[in-house]
Amino acid sequence: MAEIHLKSLAHSYSAKPSGPADYAIREMNHVWHQGGAYALLGPSGCGKSTLLNIISGLLAPSEGEVLFDNVRVNELSPKDRNIAQVFQFPVIYDSMTVFDNLAFPLRNAKVPEPKVRAKVNEVAEILELHPVLHNKAKNLTADEKQKVSMGRGLVRDDVSAILFDEPLTVIDPHLKWKLRRKLKQIHEQFNITMVYVTHDQLEASTFADKIAVMYGGQIVQFGTPRELFESPNHTFVGFFIGSPGMNLMEVRRCEGGVAFNGFKVALSDELNEHLALVPSDNLKIGIRPEFVHIWDGPTDDAFEVQVKHTEDLGTYKIVTFELGEQTLKARLDEDREVPNGRAHVSFPQQWLKLYVDEFLVEEQAR
Amino acid sequence: MIIKTDNNKAWWLVLPVFLLVAFSAIIPLMTVVNYSVQDIFDQNNAYFVGADWYREVLRDPRLHDSLLRQFIYSFSVLAIEIPLGIGVALMMPTKGRMGSLCLILLAIPLLIPWNVVGTIWQIFGRADIGLFGWTLNALGVDYNYASNTGDAWATVLLMDVWHWTSLVALLCYSGLRAIPEAFYQAAEIDRASKWAVFRYIQLPRLKSVLVIGILLRFMDSFMIYTEPFVLTGGGPGNSTTFLSQTLTKMAIGQFDLGPAAAFSLIYFLIVLLVSWLFFTTITYMDKAK
Repeated sequence: MAEIHLKSLAHSYSAKPSGPADYAIREMNHVWHQGGAYALLGPSGCGKSTLLNIISGLLAPSEGEVLFDNVRVNELSPKDRNIAQVFQFPVIYDSMTVFDNLAFPLRNAKVPEPKVRAKVNEVAEILELHPVLHNKAKNLTADEKQKVSMGRGLVRDDVSAILFDEPLTVIDPHLKWKLRRKLKQIHEQFNITMVYVTHDQLEASTFADKIAVMYGGQIVQFGTPRELFESPNHTFVGFFIGSPGMNLMEVRRCEGGVAFNGFKVALSDELNEHLALVPSDNLKIGIRPEFVHIWDGPTDDAFEVQVKHTEDLGTYKIVTFELGEQTLKARLDEDREVPNGRAHVSFPQQWLKLYVDEFLVEEQAR
Repeated sequence: MIIKTDNNKAWWLVLPVFLLVAFSAIIPLMTVVNYSVQDIFDQNNAYFVGADWYREVLRDPRLHDSLLRQFIYSFSVLAIEIPLGIGVALMMPTKGRMGSLCLILLAIPLLIPWNVVGTIWQIFGRADIGLFGWTLNALGVDYNYASNTGDAWATVLLMDVWHWTSLVALLCYSGLRAIPEAFYQAAEIDRASKWAVFRYIQLPRLKSVLVIGILLRFMDSFMIYTEPFVLTGGGPGNSTTFLSQTLTKMAIGQFDLGPAAAFSLIYFLIVLLVSWLFFTTITYMDKAK
């Protein structure tokens, strides 16, 4: 059990990195608290697995420190860090039985045999591996193999943390949900720090209390699923989280707010003041499709838009419309009537986010 | 849908293969069978003798002695070369220039013809002028493969180990390279010791190449002829006379074609039987749960 602190951590796979592009992990500071259930969410190739391997010790970071309970562990092997990791594709020792596979990490640590038996049985019970417990592991199905793989991480109840690297990729959808619930139960039961890597936001939000969103070798936001949804602090988070992602519009400054394609959007005084201070011209505004308001008729502050098409997804509808040359989306309740052709929409100010150089401009007063 | 079975002209396409096998394997083998059951003086004087030659050969103490020697030799070769080959493969660098260099060095002994290997060791081991033999004697070891049975055996074995361990090592090396990195990572996470990694990851995954390696080395060493013939000529006495040498003496030296033919077939059946037993046991163990 440990608190894991990543201090000025960076990693490059090339021996002499010449620029930021050479870094798989860009300098970051991050703390995983003891006992938390975390998800590390990001697209393929953003450095998730690299970060995981650095935490477990399979990979030595080129810069910075990894601290377990404030002790530097950079030079320690995974064995000495006492950490468990489950890989994306099942790794099983196919000359052994399922039982021996699960017992392997314990026997390696010279745990007395009665305790090994008790622990293996407990985990086999949780993962429903009992029917095949004494079979040779190589004859198992892919699902069962991955359960064995996960089981080897779970038998060790004294570990600093358990790291999961997209462990459910090869599992059937209906089992996925069940196994995720199991992991959650195990987390609640043993209170072990768990870090779960995935590129699936649903998987991340059902498993984790807090999600770290990774993009381009950096953790761009660390927060609860709700925080990520309501105030994404990077345009990538806005775009990546939510279905569909946030509407983002490139804008330029104008009197009392910002404008795009000749449409003016008013901003609060605070944001306007802030905008006057920043030199950058890379400005964007974003609004979640859920928060776009569609009026029944023309109002003072609504824009008139052209509805392109509507997708009915059974429980809600997605309306795609055009405002000038900008294509935007809105999400409507299933029972709402969708206007044909022309519609009137507005962007409620409290849900309208301003991004400068892709990062959110925070409003203190809210 | 009607399937016509009376017009299977495609079978004619198998004919060339059948002829090839007949002329290259079956007919020569039948000639030997023919000799083994007859006493042939010349083309017109051949008498059917049934299993007489077999009975004679099986009672022949020369065959017993050389068969025993042959088994001891083959099992010693396997006992040394297999573990040594695995060990060498485990110690080889996996990448870079050193890796390639090791592969080339290992391949060299395999490229040398048998009688050249025999000659190399024949000279290398000589107590008067050979580097190896002379050095041993200079160090105070009384070594002479031409007069001392133990030394002769040691030299013949050493020669085979020198010549063929590379084969086992190269097979194991390729087997080891085929193990995905994820297995080593998982083992590291599971706190496996080096021995546990070898025992539970590397060895099980080397199994198929080791089966091939053991079969090849068994068959080759069981049929060995040229190297010991060049090195010791079967001596001192008959101490390093193996099966094929006894057979050659019988067939060419004494021109006892009948017993020699019976001997050849027995020899062939022993190689076949041992290889079959070994292979069946391994595959059977594989299928068992």
